[in-house]
Amino acid sequence: MASGQVVMRAMYKNNGVKDPGVQGVLIMTEDKLDFSPDDPMPSARLNVPFRSIKGHKFSKEGSQKQALLMLTQSDKSYTFEFDKYAERDICRDFVGKVLGKIQAKQSSKQEAKVDSEKPATTVHDEQLRPAEMELRMKLLAENSELQKLHKQFVIGGILTEAEFWATRKKLLAVDVSKISKQPLGFKSAMLADVRPLTDGRTNKVTFSLTPEIIQQIFTEKPAVHQAFLKFVPSKMTEKDFWTKYCRAEFLHRTKNAVAAAAEAAEDEELAVFLKQDHILASEARQKIRRVDPTLDMEADEGDDYIHLPDHGIFRDGSKEFTDSEYEQYKRTLAQDLNRHAAVVLEGRTLGMESGDTRTVAEALAKSKKAELATQMSDEKANHNRSERASRMAEIEDLQTPHNPPFAPLLIKDPREYFDSQQANALKALRDTAVGTRTVNCNVNTAQAYGSLRKSISEMKVTGLSVPVIEAEVARKVLIGLSQQLSSTKYNLGKNPQESILDRLPKKTKEELLHFWISIQELLKHFWSSYPITTTYLNTKVSRLKDAMADIYPKLQGIKESAQSDFRHQVSLLVQPMVQALDAAFTHYDADVQKRSMRS
Amino acid sequence: MASAPSKQYSDDVSVVMVLLDTNPFFWSGANNTTKVSFSSFLNHVISFLNSVLLLNQLNQVVVIATGYNSCDYILDSSTSESINLSLGNGKMPALCSKMLQKLEEFLIRDEQLSRENLPTGITSSLLSGSLSLALCYIQKVLRSGRLHPNPRILCLQGSPDGPEQYVAVMNAIFSAQRSMVPIDSCIVGAQHSAFLQQASYITGGVYLKPPQLDGLFQYLSTVFATDLHSRSFLQLPKPVGVDFRASCFCHKNTIDMGYICSVCLSIFCQQRKKCSTSDTKRNSIEIYNHHLLPVAASG
Repeated sequence: MASGQVVMRAMYKNNGVKDPGVQGVLIMTEDKLDFSPDDPMPSARLNVPFRSIKGHKFSKEGSQKQALLMLTQSDKSYTFEFDKYAERDICRDFVGKVLGKIQAKQSSKQEAKVDSEKPATTVHDEQLRPAEMELRMKLLAENSELQKLHKQFVIGGILTEAEFWATRKKLLAVDVSKISKQPLGFKSAMLADVRPLTDGRTNKVTFSLTPEIIQQIFTEKPAVHQAFLKFVPSKMTEKDFWTKYCRAEFLHRTKNAVAAAAEAAEDEELAVFLKQDHILASEARQKIRRVDPTLDMEADEGDDYIHLPDHGIFRDGSKEFTDSEYEQYKRTLAQDLNRHAAVVLEGRTLGMESGDTRTVAEALAKSKKAELATQMSDEKANHNRSERASRMAEIEDLQTPHNPPFAPLLIKDPREYFDSQQANALKALRDTAVGTRTVNCNVNTAQAYGSLRKSISEMKVTGLSVPVIEAEVARKVLIGLSQQLSSTKYNLGKNPQESILDRLPKKTKEELLHFWISIQELLKHFWSSYPITTTYLNTKVSRLKDAMADIYPKLQGIKESAQSDFRHQVSLLVQPMVQALDAAFTHYDADVQKRSMRS
Repeated sequence: MASAPSKQYSDDVSVVMVLLDTNPFFWSGANNTTKVSFSSFLNHVISFLNSVLLLNQLNQVVVIATGYNSCDYILDSSTSESINLSLGNGKMPALCSKMLQKLEEFLIRDEQLSRENLPTGITSSLLSGSLSLALCYIQKVLRSGRLHPNPRILCLQGSPDGPEQYVAVMNAIFSAQRSMVPIDSCIVGAQHSAFLQQASYITGGVYLKPPQLDGLFQYLSTVFATDLHSRSFLQLPKPVGVDFRASCFCHKNTIDMGYICSVCLSIFCQQRKKCSTSDTKRNSIEIYNHHLLPVAASG
């Protein structure tokens, strides 16, 4: 948009898509959009700066739908309807450009603040291909948890868009491969359904062919396809070609083999349609050759319904009159069925939707050629097949096992892995554990073993004490145990699989899970920023630290707001979260101190 | 060794492997840290073993001494030797006096092994060794004989965990889990044992630290005496929290946070250029953070 401004008639829909809307003029410039209604109504007047717009959506082009454009703010959205798609598209492209520019400006500003030396890096990141942007939108829309996190951290300004997605590259990568739309296959309805229409009054028969049907004819009947490439337009017009084809079809339909033979004798082009498809036949022969030789045809005898009463095709070819002269002009239903099924299963190999018949025919020929080429290279496959056959014929027990290859885990020194490094461990532990177990060090080895042996020989003399346990002590133990059990039963539920979370109120549970997920997200970013090597990481860490500090009071809040019955469990659940945050803060403080000492 | 076709399955026959902590440094220091002496501890345990044997004629008890330098079997109720022997002086069953004698011999052997160096720092007993002995014995029982019993392991542990045994203990725990052998633990020492907490949690056993050690027998017979089948009908103590922290492979410290090799999952407390276990380059070493484990695991 060289002018930097777009003026378009549009309808503003204040209350979503269903709203009839207010007619007016939409003026968009580089920094704001302005809508003034024809009917001077103050409520419908808009003046919105583009800075506040977060994104835009639009309706797909289609005959039924309105041409809509929706601009979303953080809490609100504006919907406009246009008369024509072309007008909408102009506005859409303009909005896309402006928003892209603003985003780039913002991120570069951010970057400039962060690191004045290399401002180019993140600007580069932020410039996304629209496809990728769309993919991210889709991911967010599909995953509400992700959306919540995104809203909280990216829109909340704690993480940048790039940082947020950097940890989810896998998610993006997986879907990129899937982004190609699922191709539409052929309909399973047979070509036979192209029914001739007769208008009772005259003898005229009408066939109607759509591009879709033509494409199907080409794929199902290679002979017709070849004939089309050969004859059209050099020998006859397309219309003549199809007329001839339909005539042949009609003859087949009437099952009049004699008439078909007669007509074919007169017209060699027509004969192509009437005779059996030689290309198909050779293809079929080739396919049979490729069948796995170990296939056991007897195995699916159980599936054979044809010989049951009321199943299968009642009228198959063998019962009809056979006259070898006309054999080639006959097609059985079974042949048609099989061919159709094969084509449907192969799927549509053509990428293009539809269009000129000629181009369709050519594209199909090209793809066929490619297919043939791959088949040629299938010589190797042939070899594999025979190898496999010989393998299957072998007696399995006598063969070495065919294990899939695996990479063995290489352990450099097994002793290091399994044995203890006692000396090392003790050295390290001496510093930490001295306080707790000084007692042991006072006893030397001989004394220790001696006292132990002494108590054993004592026991040998005195024997077992009777009673083993004082009744009073046993009572106390039993009471203590049953108290402990009943309290844990109350706390942890009867079912050991049931977690504490399931018994909390739904709202508390969701809140807790959300806190945990967001803490994990923050911690993931926090820890992966260490060691801090750039100023960029430094600001990121301080941003994350602030965000984590905000969570503390919230955790406290959820602890206090819990009902008294659940307060204990909630605080148990909150504790590891607090510990995790504490660990992060300790590390942060230590690191800050270390770096300030160094500098 | 192939599984015998006609095994007799009975759900109320138990094979109980009892791992007895005989760490002399723990028991001689016991007067200060715990309220129970070794002789009264043995008193409770022997009574418990007898009651397990009385519960079912086919029950079997095997005791393994977990020493400071070694471990060994000191009692196997299935061997005919222990039954025929009439050592009994009327004060205790023949089985028990045999066990005491073996225990004494074991202690002498254990002491001979340790003569040279005086212990410093933590004096943990060889839990990994005795767990392995128990698992080996269980495998032998499961793979031979007509009877298919329900084996379980009971650890009577007093001394603190030895972080240097982390890998070996975890391997034993996982192999117990695989052969569906629950590891019960009864802590008679002052501190909780993170190893045994994890062992009982992973294998579905019971972890208990009795607060009142003079009633040890009562705890043992109430909580640990029942066979595995009956356990499903009982309310047994459940863990309130499990310490899932790992020990690093390089210095065997218990750590919250460290670095983990993405190839062999070795854990290190410091960042290093190369994984010493699998020889993998540094870029495959990632940050391990205990706190990033899911919260549900501790619930």
